[in-house]
Amino acid sequence: MSIQTVGRPRVDTTEVMRRIRGRYLSPLASLVLFLVMFTAVVTRYDFASPTQVFLNLLVDNAYLIVLAVGMTFVILTGGIDLSVGSVVALSTVILATALKAGWPMPLAVGAVLVVGPLLGVMMGLVIEYFDVQPFIATLAGMFLARGLCYVISVDTLPIKDPILRQFGLNYVYLYEDKFIRWTVVAALAVVLVAVYVLHQTRFGRTVYAVGGNRQSAQLMGLNASRARVSVYAISGLCAAFAGLLLGVQKLSGYSLNGIGLELDAIAAAVIGGVLLSGGVGFVLGSLIGVLVLGTIQTFVTAANLDSYWTRIMTGVLLLMFVLVQRLLVRKPG
Amino acid sequence: MMKKLSASPLIWPVLALVALLIVNVIVTPTFLSIRVQDGHLFGSTVDILRNGAPTMLVALGMTLVIASRGIDLSVGAVVAVSGALACAHVAASDDPASAGTVVTAMGIALGVAVGLGLWNGMLVSVFGVQPIIATLVLMTAGRGIALLITDGQIVTVTSAPFKILGSGFVFGLPVAILVSLTVFALVGLLTRRTALGMLLESVGINPEASRLAGVRYRTIVFAVYVFCALCAGIAGLMIASNISAADANNAGLWIEMDAILAVVIGGTSLLGGRFSLTGTILGALIIQTLTTTVYTAGITPETTLVFKALVVIAVCLLQAPKFRALVARRRKRPTAPTGRAETEEIAGQQVSVPSPPSMAAK
Repeated sequence: MSIQTVGRPRVDTTEVMRRIRGRYLSPLASLVLFLVMFTAVVTRYDFASPTQVFLNLLVDNAYLIVLAVGMTFVILTGGIDLSVGSVVALSTVILATALKAGWPMPLAVGAVLVVGPLLGVMMGLVIEYFDVQPFIATLAGMFLARGLCYVISVDTLPIKDPILRQFGLNYVYLYEDKFIRWTVVAALAVVLVAVYVLHQTRFGRTVYAVGGNRQSAQLMGLNASRARVSVYAISGLCAAFAGLLLGVQKLSGYSLNGIGLELDAIAAAVIGGVLLSGGVGFVLGSLIGVLVLGTIQTFVTAANLDSYWTRIMTGVLLLMFVLVQRLLVRKPG
Repeated sequence: MMKKLSASPLIWPVLALVALLIVNVIVTPTFLSIRVQDGHLFGSTVDILRNGAPTMLVALGMTLVIASRGIDLSVGAVVAVSGALACAHVAASDDPASAGTVVTAMGIALGVAVGLGLWNGMLVSVFGVQPIIATLVLMTAGRGIALLITDGQIVTVTSAPFKILGSGFVFGLPVAILVSLTVFALVGLLTRRTALGMLLESVGINPEASRLAGVRYRTIVFAVYVFCALCAGIAGLMIASNISAADANNAGLWIEMDAILAVVIGGTSLLGGRFSLTGTILGALIIQTLTTTVYTAGITPETTLVFKALVVIAVCLLQAPKFRALVARRRKRPTAPTGRAETEEIAGQQVSVPSPPSMAAK
């Protein structure tokens, strides 16, 4: 609870300096941790090309990057969005079903990109105008989206559209034989847009202000209500887009996709230094968080461990970061 | 009319439950009938009670945690760990059918559950980590630990005494529901007949003020997390005992969500403070009845989640002061309810303002 003390304005300049350092420290710590972990894994398992291992992190986690970006917006306002995993599944199912029904590809993609934000706006309105807690409202959204998946189809549906197949399968060569895929290009584009929106626009400042102190933001004349509803729409849009990327990556739509993905996205944000109480954090921090999670996955695969070790290690890392953040936050207080 | 309704916060959950039961009776006229078979009671309502027992138990623990302005996301993981430990012990023992083995197994499972509760309590009260993140750690890692215990397998046991908790009957009633109701009665007595409930609410409403007033904040927070984990541990034993197996992947999956829903449907605010154990029991019954309704009404099980979502949204909206104010405004003069809603919002804001730095420095 006292985590929220960060981000409340005070006049003292040394205090401001310390807080700024505190703000960057958490993502920087994640970055250092990522570099250490990555180097350790690469040297320990003697990968032929560390560059390609790094690029594969991006390729494997393209959809998670997009999800974490959306989640960052929501968490920055002090909210949480539990529905994203289900929305990802719903998006893959809608995409596959629409294509199977003979819809033209742009129309199917368009439908997905409408449904996600629509659900987000609905949840945002319920949260903002009826004072239902974000946790409960988005939990209902999670059930609704997952239920709709099952209603549409319980089967795995292949995606056969030639353009989407190319998008999912083709390599993008960076230099020599080092490649990424188009999904990575799309995900990184989302990150860039998000960075621009959060740091260079009025809306972005409002998001930070609302998360820091809602009442002051409102008294300053900022449109807090619109910002709070918009972040859920953005998260919904990101989830829909992540669903497209996952659908393209797997070339299928399945209603059991993305179970528990919301926790990965939240974990990535927390590891990346976004405070769940709102107002503190960066999109790039969340990106680092995703890379850290990806490195754990790579390690577990390389070490030939059972997959549940991923969960245990993610939990331990989360713990470390939470405690480190506590220490960092406690100092200025 | 509105005054009368808002006087009893339990009215909406009760109405929702009655409505659900009426729908059931219309769809299947024999829904409420209970028959005696082999000396046990059988029927849909008994099924609801038996299958709802674990959720009810976890929701009871969750109510106290939420009342202290916390939340416990790790109960599902604790359910899995507890079931896995008990089954692993029974399966590994020489004499799985003996009562001693089963008691030891359950003792180990509940002991570890208490340990996990202490862990959560420590993160929240000593380190001052936000409850949602503190328990997220165990939620993420816990199921992995349960899989580690069972080595990724589903451990099955054949032990008659072990089956009693989950699928046995006493006096014609399922043991599981009797256990849950006993816990409900004990907690009810403990919180409503002693000062404990009031202290808990004071911690939830304003931790700092209650600390200054001499309430042992730390002890109470520890106690609620341990109690919640213990409830989850017993629920884990029930689930494992019911199917005579420990499925670390699926046991108690999403039970934290159901439990939190039950608490919220029962009228306890996630912001902490005032809580209602009876409301929680009603909430758990609503959730279980809903699931059973979908099965008995012949609706495809896949759509359960859609119904669940709709009921949750409906009940939450009905309980939201602003939604009520909106409805009231339609009926009465437009100005008065708006003003009320705004003051309430500001009051809510003040509650969520962080506690003074002295808490952090402590």
